[in-house]
Amino acid sequence: MLKIQNLHVSIEDNEILKGLDLEVKPGEVHAIMGPNGSGKSTLAQVLAGRDEYEVTEGSIDFQGEDLLEMDPEIRACEGIFLAFQYPVEIPGVSNTYFLKAALNAVRKHRGENELDAVDFLRLVRERMKMVEMDETLLNRPVNEGFSGGEKKRNEIFHMSVLEPKLAVLDETDSGLDIDALRIVANGVNSLRAEDRGFLVITHYQRLLDYIVPDFVHVLVDGRIVRSGGKELAHELEDKGYGWLEAELASEATSAAPVGA
Amino acid sequence: MSNVVAAAENSYLAAFDQPGRATVEPTPRPGWRQAARDRFAELGFPTKRDEDWRFTNVGPVARTEYELAVAPAAVTLDQLEPWIYPEMARAVFVDGHFVAGLSDLDGLPDGVRVGSLAAALEGGDVTAHDHLGRYAPFDRQAFIALNTALFADGAFVAVPAKTVVERPIQLLFVAGPGERRMAFPRNLIVAGEAAQVTLVESYVGLGTESLTCPVTELAADPAAVVDHYRLQQERTDATHIALQHYHCERAANVSTHSLSFGGGLVRNDVWAVLDGEGVECTLNGLYLTRGRQHVDNHMWVEHVKPNCNSYELYKGILEEQSRAVFNGLIHVHPEAQKTDAKQTNRNLLLSSDAGVHTNPQLVIHADDVRCTHGSTVGQLDADAVFYLRSRGIGEEAAKSLLIYAFARDIVDRIRLESVRTDLEEFLFSRLPKGEIVRQAV
Ligand SMILES: Nc1ncnc2c1ncn2[C@@H]1O[C@H](COP(=O)(O)OP(=O)(O)OP(=O)(O)O)[C@@H](O)[C@H]1O
Ligand SMILES: [Mg+2]
Repeated sequence: MLKIQNLHVSIEDNEILKGLDLEVKPGEVHAIMGPNGSGKSTLAQVLAGRDEYEVTEGSIDFQGEDLLEMDPEIRACEGIFLAFQYPVEIPGVSNTYFLKAALNAVRKHRGENELDAVDFLRLVRERMKMVEMDETLLNRPVNEGFSGGEKKRNEIFHMSVLEPKLAVLDETDSGLDIDALRIVANGVNSLRAEDRGFLVITHYQRLLDYIVPDFVHVLVDGRIVRSGGKELAHELEDKGYGWLEAELASEATSAAPVGA
Repeated sequence: MSNVVAAAENSYLAAFDQPGRATVEPTPRPGWRQAARDRFAELGFPTKRDEDWRFTNVGPVARTEYELAVAPAAVTLDQLEPWIYPEMARAVFVDGHFVAGLSDLDGLPDGVRVGSLAAALEGGDVTAHDHLGRYAPFDRQAFIALNTALFADGAFVAVPAKTVVERPIQLLFVAGPGERRMAFPRNLIVAGEAAQVTLVESYVGLGTESLTCPVTELAADPAAVVDHYRLQQERTDATHIALQHYHCERAANVSTHSLSFGGGLVRNDVWAVLDGEGVECTLNGLYLTRGRQHVDNHMWVEHVKPNCNSYELYKGILEEQSRAVFNGLIHVHPEAQKTDAKQTNRNLLLSSDAGVHTNPQLVIHADDVRCTHGSTVGQLDADAVFYLRSRGIGEEAAKSLLIYAFARDIVDRIRLESVRTDLEEFLFSRLPKGEIVRQAV
């Protein structure tokens, strides 16, 4: 469903992603790990369509279409969802109003009827239970004054209402206590489906005990330097990235032509 | 300020000598009109050298020849339909003259007087004579002097003590059809002790390049509750230079909402004098400008007595090349201990060509007070726009939602439902993809 080829991305003339390849098939969960500043959020934001990031090379195919040609809202309507690393506070727009506008935009795009108030509320209530979110957060302005954990849960709540095809979770686990982590993971797991893919960005293997990935990728300095199964996450947890970076460096030297 | 009256300003002085001009004045202030005329002759129009007029140029007003309407232009009720609130009592003024045929003053409680100020003065209404000119001193400012010298008529509202007026009263001021006509509506509102009244002062226009310079004196007696709305809905080629003076006695509760959408050059001076203990005064405002509109709100809040609260929240949304000025002074007098005063001005610039001058000021002569003030000028938050878009909301709708959200606390503070609904509808129609905003909120 998602095929990224040789993706190069710059911001303000700094190249952040330097030839990234990744393929996600329906039903798969891919985890992306990597040191700070390696470009994980950049990838997430590029997928969602943030235009501050300039794609200088490469392509992204989503369900047979050129994702890079689409505006952010079209991507969302086509089924891309990004749970932000830092969810934005929007004073004056209530969480419900926002979700209703979003859901109706998505439904309209899919040729479905807009939900009436009663059905919308029923859906929202059901999904709130799933992430054990306090109902008072519905009527508050989006994320305003939410605790860190509430913001992350709110992202998963939005995801569960919008039912995307490909969900990108950017460090949704960071800063969550173990109970909140379990709730978020349950939310994700209950959405796992044959036709839905996940890209889970995380620093902690712990999350992957709950959301068991099919693949783990390691992003270092704008490239995926290693891919493997879920055991790769354990290895990283034990050894850190230093080990990988050192290994890569030696590979690079040994690969260098003699006399160069 | 002692600018020599320029040649064109003489046309304003000539208007004073125009035959048929109204000359009625309050008995306690004989020679009031002549003195105001002389004061204007002395002051002339303010220039950019005057501190209070640094960012608002009234040169075009000084240079333009306007015609002083000695009688109202012909206007039908149909023409006024877009601006009328049918559920309210209504006094209509065209070119500054009361028009009984367009007004609807039924169903007001006994003793409540609403209508023509000139008629009230001529009929010897004691309240009108006693209060008129007591609050807005013409020596302070050229436009007050001009209004005092030249007004023909205006609204008079008197609510006797302990009387509750359930039906809101709309005071509708129309710049009549025609070109470059000027009017100086003079309004006097007196709410007696523990009286309660809701007023909607609307300014609209049917003529081109009109000039309207209203002065509204509002006196709230002890414990009176006054909810005052001021709607600026004139044509964008109109010039509007206004003063509202709120005089608040002990425990009075006065709130005003100034909604400014119309007019090309608009200046609103607001003086609120909290002259008794325990006054609660709320001054809210919203201005939406575009094109070359220029809106200047100058606020003076005088805390004269202890234990008074004043809350000011003015917000502006500026598009295209429009300009706004906000100047807010909170002045706490030595006696006014336990003052709680808060002033906020926030501006949203939707275009890089739009501009705002905002200047909140505190002058505090008492030591046990709580005063805060702040002003902001900003653009739409790009992160917020992207966040909304990334959930499926189109760019225009995302921006409109955020603009609406910005205006929202002013909208929510409007107690009068029909005015609030009107404002919401206006915002939905003004904002791109407003339909989506309407459905979302
Ligand atoms: N808006 C921006 N302007 C300039 N540089 C940026 C911007 N956004 C990201 N960068 C830079 O791009 C690099 C990658 O950032 P990115 O946020 O993608 O990293 P990350 O892998 O998500 O890191 P973390 O684990 O800390 O979240 C960093 O060096 C960062 O400083
Ligand atoms: Mg990141």
